[in-house]
Amino acid sequence: MSAALDAVQALKARWPGASDRATLDHPAVNVPASDLVAALRSLKEDHGFDVLQDVSGVDWGAGSSPRFTVVYHVFSTVGHDYVRVAADCTDAVAPEVPSATGLWPGADWHEREAFDMFGIRFTGHPDLRRILMWDGYPHFPLRKDFPLSGVPTELPDAEVVAETRTGAIAAPMAGGPFVASPGEINMTEAEPRAKDESWTERRPKPEA
Amino acid sequence: MSVEHTIPDTAAKHAQGGFETEKMSISMGPSHPSTHGVLRLQLELDGEVVTKADPVIGYLHRGDEKIAENMTYNQFVPYTDRLDYLAPLANNMAYAIAVERLAKLEVPPRCQAIRVITAEMARISSHLMGLGAFGIDVGAWTVFLYSFTEREKLYKLFEELTGARFTTSYTRIGGVARDMPPGWTDRVLAFCDQFLPQLEEILSLLTRNKIFTDRTAGIGVISAQDAIAYGLTGPNLRGSGVPLDLRKDRPYSGYEQYDFDVPVGTRGDAYDRYLVRGEEMRQSVRIIRQAIAQLPAGKWYAEDARRIFAPPKDKVLTSMEELIQNFMIVTEGPQMPAGEVYFEAENPKGALGFYVVSKGGGVPWRLKIRSPSFCNLSILPKVCVGAMVSDVVAILGSFDFVMGECDR
Repeated sequence: MSAALDAVQALKARWPGASDRATLDHPAVNVPASDLVAALRSLKEDHGFDVLQDVSGVDWGAGSSPRFTVVYHVFSTVGHDYVRVAADCTDAVAPEVPSATGLWPGADWHEREAFDMFGIRFTGHPDLRRILMWDGYPHFPLRKDFPLSGVPTELPDAEVVAETRTGAIAAPMAGGPFVASPGEINMTEAEPRAKDESWTERRPKPEA
Repeated sequence: MSVEHTIPDTAAKHAQGGFETEKMSISMGPSHPSTHGVLRLQLELDGEVVTKADPVIGYLHRGDEKIAENMTYNQFVPYTDRLDYLAPLANNMAYAIAVERLAKLEVPPRCQAIRVITAEMARISSHLMGLGAFGIDVGAWTVFLYSFTEREKLYKLFEELTGARFTTSYTRIGGVARDMPPGWTDRVLAFCDQFLPQLEEILSLLTRNKIFTDRTAGIGVISAQDAIAYGLTGPNLRGSGVPLDLRKDRPYSGYEQYDFDVPVGTRGDAYDRYLVRGEEMRQSVRIIRQAIAQLPAGKWYAEDARRIFAPPKDKVLTSMEELIQNFMIVTEGPQMPAGEVYFEAENPKGALGFYVVSKGGGVPWRLKIRSPSFCNLSILPKVCVGAMVSDVVAILGSFDFVMGECDR
């Protein structure tokens, strides 16, 4: 564990913008997006954190500042410990951070996923396109303002649309009969329940 | 397999005096027997040789991470069954430990041992499936019949323990759903005793099989550097000779008490990955035997975690205090502190990670699933280039991936 702590201390000493990040397990550090690649390179080359295990986007909710954070988990094949590196996106409307694909080719798919789900652009990524959703899908599903029930969207294949005359439709009851909400809020809001019962699978959706 | 290509106008080319070949674009999948689910490979071929491979994934994307943000921690357990649906017990355990790390909750030794036993049984059943399917992919049908017979015996034991064969949902945050039924461990030991000779027979169908070795040895070679650079984990990483195993390197759930070896390959080809899986099953049997031999007594859930683990049913129906406790956990969910954790477990397919961000309360703010199949498949564009089309089938078989986990 100490190697990971040392690495975090070294990062903070080298980049004044870096700061401790609250954590419940592995040593964690916040770095400014501009220093992100250099910090990851230092972790990889100077401190032996040679595996990129995970890249994850986080949306803190519309109106939060910063709204988007990208979280990296790097692992050391020698010391067998993790370091968490987080970089906030300065712009909430067009979030972007530099790409780590130059350090780990494995970052490619992780970054495509974060782009697909959150709309975070990774500058310098060689081929940043959607990975789980189809090309041309207009929304970013893991953003907090995207509803659990989905948004009615046209299907990508014109032939299929012509044949079935349907698209991707939203789910009834705002996503299901048991939808809970995060955070320490009052029980009525928190408990799992149908959030919108104006239409169900049996009762058709009222015309807007 | 649908074929999209333009028919070359050979007569016109002859008239110009030259003859050119054209590359062919083939879409392999999403419905193809060797893609084990709904993986699609957009291949570009020069004759029989692959010049470019672009995996297209997402056909099984169900938005599990979005769903997790809208339900309590225990409600998400059944969704973890559907990640790597060939080893649901191992997924249940990885998820439960991740959330328990968030609550800084240590489950009793008996619970840990039960989880280890079930996770290792899940590993055996997953590898049996992987071997059987790999055999079919390269033309060895018989293996599948034998390995499925063995897997069925395991599924009988799973059913006895959890009530379900496939979607077990066995763990809860802070424990497991119920203790093992009487005599169950004896039946597990009896399975182990008859399984080892069966395993030798199954492996002997492939290990020195000329057709199998011809189709897998030297195929899909991944160097140790590449395996690390692409974040490969599990047997695919160890097949390339990197001795990383989270059960050894970062022991969780009491793995440090058990004596087992971590097999590694030497050449990183499809054959080595097969050998590693075969040996891992033997090691799993070793772990199961030790875990049962030293099985601690006690509770199978954390008794003191009153805001996390629902009380036993008989107490709920007879005691007011427990009834309220049960009601609160069901409606509000297990109460967690604010903060973030990342936990990875060594699953049959590789390191399954959960990154949990909590703002307090019973529902995660963000739950990222780091799926081993997703990372393992990301190396395909590199490995497939230069291989023949038939080699692609062997490479996919040797990767032993699950799309439910890859697409989430």
